[in-house]
Amino acid sequence: MQPAKISVSESESVPHSSDAKLSAAPSVVRTFLRGRGNSSVADGTFKALVFLCALSIFGIVFLIAYELVSRSQLTLSKFGLGFFFHSAWDPVNGNFGAWPFIYGTLMSSLLALLISVPFALGVAIFLTEMCPKWLRGPLSFLTELLAAIPSVVYGLWAIFVLIPLLRDDVNPKLTLTLGWTGFFSGPNAGYSMLAAGVVLAIMILPIISSLTREVMTTVPMVQREGVLALGATRWEMIRIGVLRNARIGIVGAIILGLGRALGETMAVTMVIGNRPEVAKSFLAPGYTMASVLANEFSEATDNMYLSALIEVGLALFLVTIVVNACARLLVWAVTRGAPARVA
Amino acid sequence: MAAHALRPPLRASRVNVHTRRITNHIVNGLAVLATIIVIAPLIAILFYLLKQGVTSLNWDFFTKIPVPVGEVGGGMENAIVGSGVILALASLIGIPLGIGAGIYLAEYAGTTRMGNAVRFTADVLNGVPSIVMGIAIYALIVLPQKHFSAFAGGVVLGVMMVPTVTRTTEEMLRMVPHAIREAALGLGVPAWRSVLTISVRTASAGIVTGCMLAFARVAGETAPLLFTAFGNAFKSTSLNEPIAALPLQIFVYAVSPYDEWHRLAWAGALVLIVLIIASVALVRYVVSRGTLKGAS
Repeated sequence: MQPAKISVSESESVPHSSDAKLSAAPSVVRTFLRGRGNSSVADGTFKALVFLCALSIFGIVFLIAYELVSRSQLTLSKFGLGFFFHSAWDPVNGNFGAWPFIYGTLMSSLLALLISVPFALGVAIFLTEMCPKWLRGPLSFLTELLAAIPSVVYGLWAIFVLIPLLRDDVNPKLTLTLGWTGFFSGPNAGYSMLAAGVVLAIMILPIISSLTREVMTTVPMVQREGVLALGATRWEMIRIGVLRNARIGIVGAIILGLGRALGETMAVTMVIGNRPEVAKSFLAPGYTMASVLANEFSEATDNMYLSALIEVGLALFLVTIVVNACARLLVWAVTRGAPARVA
Repeated sequence: MAAHALRPPLRASRVNVHTRRITNHIVNGLAVLATIIVIAPLIAILFYLLKQGVTSLNWDFFTKIPVPVGEVGGGMENAIVGSGVILALASLIGIPLGIGAGIYLAEYAGTTRMGNAVRFTADVLNGVPSIVMGIAIYALIVLPQKHFSAFAGGVVLGVMMVPTVTRTTEEMLRMVPHAIREAALGLGVPAWRSVLTISVRTASAGIVTGCMLAFARVAGETAPLLFTAFGNAFKSTSLNEPIAALPLQIFVYAVSPYDEWHRLAWAGALVLIVLIIASVALVRYVVSRGTLKGAS
């Protein structure tokens, strides 16, 4: 395209969309464009093409849902809702219940949230409100790196570093001081719910803290200045001026972290011990929905077994979709109308 | 509302100025402490990885395929090649689809209901666990074909790239000033050419960034490959056969009881992480250097 050929004085009022029909008398521009052919076909095709790409996103979600539902019909019809509340997992006799996995997934994720949320908030507050400028870049790069490390590398590190550390140093102390609660007692093998919780906490921390930072930076500067001008200390400024305004977004960030923790597979599979039992103690091994899929899916030989596993996958899919949808709506509510949300 | 919230600190008397100041110092300290504690595991992981990885990394690692248990030596050439094949296929699928959808969102949909629905679905898709994606593709491709294949592995990773590429492409296109588009259209450039040669080209640095981020993210994925690509002890480049992949091999070796395999797992992890960190760092460099400074 050589637009320079057209003299500027003649490019009269051409509306934004070039395929609109002009009623003006034919000009040099017009004849020039006509000479190059009508672009409405190309425009239409291009628009249809990118529209198809956008539709493919719906298509992917629909296909995933369809495949999961249709391939889990066997157990859906045989066990019904009871599938999710039974504790039996007996592939040999064809008796399936997903409760130990659901319990493991919920427990490890909650544990991870408990550990990581305070730290994530601390990091976000430090990076947005306190950190000297020269340190902000490198530090946020480091926390982003934490998010870029693949799950399997976390797992590898956890097997050879974290688990020995927990088993030999941390767990005995926990048993000694908190053993009476029942949450930290029993045999200490290292591979445990606690290990899974700690690894998950490290993995979801960057997500929570970076989203929290994003939300906190949308709080208008005048809010901070106003609170400071009234004589508040820095912490009071953060609490009243920033956190209070950003709280919905922060909750959204935490839920998003939860969504990630629920579906995390490899690192958890490598450290949780993989035993389908519901144990009160965090030092006992457990099993999660994602890790049972990772471990047993390629061994599932008969249709019933396969169907049971796919149903576990379906449950995981639905739960994470609901969790993510909630989180997205919350985060959007804040970051969209940034200045409007002062109240 | 704001004034109401501010009332308690305004009533600050001389008595509680002291406690307020102390609270302030304590919280500041806690935030600094939290940051240090968060950075610690990262340093620990990187340090340990370097220590273990460098000592076990040698030329054989890149040029030999795994040897049977008990023998010393061997490498992961098959896994490196396999990862390359799978990732190439994934990029072929994920990047065009993602960029197309991003263009639709930024240039055509705007904030219409359709646009928001696509955006929302992409974000939700981004949060679907990778293992669930793996199962779905297993049911879709592997079950009908009755065998694991590199093709299925590539499709899974490609699908996982789509939402990330879509959303970053959209964000980057939105930063292109409207005046440039209007100038192009005003000169009589067809809309599709204006999008491709004006908007997309202006935002290209950012779009490349998004693609690389998506690439780095799926490069380390293990879970969806477990029952699509499955792994292969030998070198293969056929799309129709099971294929090895670096993260998959690391997983298999890490949970094995053999020291020699642990050594290879560390070396593999080091290679993987260097690749990923390099691409993330490159992305940051490009973003900070390019015209789109300030882009997320």
